[in-house]
Amino acid sequence: MTEKQLSATEQLMEQEADSLARAAIGAPKQPRSSLGRRVRSTVSAYGFLLPAIALVITFFIIPGILLIILSFTNLSSANFTEPWEFIGFANFERLFTDPFFPKILRNTVFYVFTTLIFFNLGLALVLALVTTNIPRRRGFFFRLVWLLPRLTPSVVYILMWKRIGSADPFGIYNQFMPEVLGASGGNLFLGGAPWAFVILTNGFVGASFGMIIFTSALMSIPEDLITAAKVDGASTWRIIRDIKLPLIKWPLLFIATYQTLSLLTSFEYILLLTEGGPGLFTTEVWALTAYKRAFSSYFGNSQWAFGATWAIVLVAVALVMAVLYVKIFKFNELVEEPRIENL
Amino acid sequence: MRVELENLSKAWDGVVGADRITLDIADGEFVAFLGPSGCGKTTTLLMVAGIYKPSGGTIKFDGHVVNEVAPKDRGIGMVFQSYALYPHMTVFGNISYPLRIQKVNKTEIKERVQKVADMMGIGDLLDRKIVQLSGGQQQRVSLGRALVKEPQLLLFDEPLSNLDARLRLTMRGEIKRLQEEMGITAIYVTHDQVEAMTMADRIAVMSGGVLQAYDVPTDLYEHPKTQFVAGFVGNPPMNFFDVEIVAMDGEFRAKSGSIDLALPRDRAEKAAAAGKDKLIMGVRPEDIYLVDDAEPAAPGRTLTAAIEVVEPLGREDLLGVTVNDVEMRVLVDKTKGAAVGDNVDLVFDMSSVQFFDPETEQSVLWT
Repeated sequence: MTEKQLSATEQLMEQEADSLARAAIGAPKQPRSSLGRRVRSTVSAYGFLLPAIALVITFFIIPGILLIILSFTNLSSANFTEPWEFIGFANFERLFTDPFFPKILRNTVFYVFTTLIFFNLGLALVLALVTTNIPRRRGFFFRLVWLLPRLTPSVVYILMWKRIGSADPFGIYNQFMPEVLGASGGNLFLGGAPWAFVILTNGFVGASFGMIIFTSALMSIPEDLITAAKVDGASTWRIIRDIKLPLIKWPLLFIATYQTLSLLTSFEYILLLTEGGPGLFTTEVWALTAYKRAFSSYFGNSQWAFGATWAIVLVAVALVMAVLYVKIFKFNELVEEPRIENL
Repeated sequence: MRVELENLSKAWDGVVGADRITLDIADGEFVAFLGPSGCGKTTTLLMVAGIYKPSGGTIKFDGHVVNEVAPKDRGIGMVFQSYALYPHMTVFGNISYPLRIQKVNKTEIKERVQKVADMMGIGDLLDRKIVQLSGGQQQRVSLGRALVKEPQLLLFDEPLSNLDARLRLTMRGEIKRLQEEMGITAIYVTHDQVEAMTMADRIAVMSGGVLQAYDVPTDLYEHPKTQFVAGFVGNPPMNFFDVEIVAMDGEFRAKSGSIDLALPRDRAEKAAAAGKDKLIMGVRPEDIYLVDDAEPAAPGRTLTAAIEVVEPLGREDLLGVTVNDVEMRVLVDKTKGAAVGDNVDLVFDMSSVQFFDPETEQSVLWT
């Protein structure tokens, strides 16, 4: 929207708020002094905004500021009873010099992009394309099935995966098809293939979001366009490549951006499945480190301030990523209004 | 390309879209599928295009059955009501798409696209995006895309319905001229009988998935074989009322209540030969006149009517009148200054009167 349109919209909203307020108090519609009118309309406009503003301030702005302050202190459960102090950038230094920092960073990048590309985008797209190409009801059924993991409580969902990957004789995989991957009979998520399990558990849930968005985008492509492409000689693959994918470009970029950020901060399945193991930091990702430092240390010491530092740096990274996505994908161009000329 | 449809049918879960359509289209002929929405005309077209798989019957192109041939291998071009242009491509991208799929070399693509675009009068718009074009320009791009691969059969699915009235008139002539010049066989789906009448060599009138009539436009107008065709072809539509045919003093008359009209002998004899107690009589609004010097009142061809509605059409007025309880539409010169509430005398020109069997709705005059 241009500035001009924005200010026009503002004006409209102001008028609307004003007339709403009049209606609310049963005031007659009559001309007033412009000052009184302005004050009234401003007050009522902010009145309507107040609940939302209060929520955002209480649950987003204040915790955010507290977290930033926290990251510059030494607050932990060890010194909880003593007065804590500001220690400058010491936490940040400690973070970047942590011997496992490179490994956690590599893990995070690997986890985020593998899950994103193969599941949250790839599988989601395949599911959307397949379920929109089969009879409507069947497609709906399969999408519903794919939504089930998302509807299942995390703990129950992970317990089911654990049951699949458990060691002989309990694990479903080891019982029924050990020859497929040539497994040792041992625990898979802590032994044989921890990353596969981490990515599968996250990907199966993650794919359903993209699937829903892509499905609705694909279904909104006019049938005539597909007919036209068929008549023009395009194969199914060419129709997908030349027509469908370009037309769902916006949802694709949106899901890529949204899911990158969401994967960066997700850790609960990993926590429940491997706790970052097996061994030292094998499947540990950034968000999990932040959680562990702050709330669950081996030595019983919750380093709240150090955990906050990990979280703050992660938010900074996410912000940079978001800006990059917006720039690279030219989001502002996508929402640009078309210029329609008439003869 | 010669096209033959034999008993072509399409049904989904018991819903019949097209029911045993049989017709043939000669090479280079322009055929219109005419009918109201849901009559099966687009269904039939999409079967010819290969988008829908027929439930029964055959489609033959030049004598070869093409039921199982994919759309891309049928040598067809198609133009849609919605234009169906690829919004993410430029004009050039759209027109060149069929050629790019055929992997035609780049210089040839450029040449052929430019040639078609020039022919369509959009040669200078090739770099434009689709959203930057007007509706008329978009339809030209769509036509260009259909023509660029030099199809043997052109399919039109209500291509002009989204254009404004004036543009529709121009495009009508243009499409017809192009089709004639290039000699491409064409099927043109429309619900607009004026489009069908003006453009088509032959018209297939459809209703409820059934082919009602397939004939040249003038025959459809003058010799309608069913009541549906009589009512659908011609604007404003034909008036229908139940009558009895009575022979009196060597003269045939159509009677019903206060209606009493003398009939021309040839038509009346055929109608009487049907041996029905009652028939449906059809008279076109343009065959009824207000009584004046040019059309004097005469016994056996004049009725008194009350004017209920006057719709000025510019050159003439369309009157809604009642003769007793029978409603009729009458097209009269507006200079006669008819007004609502007036009682007027109407003269009926019975020389092109139609008669239909009330049960079968088939014409008793033409078979």
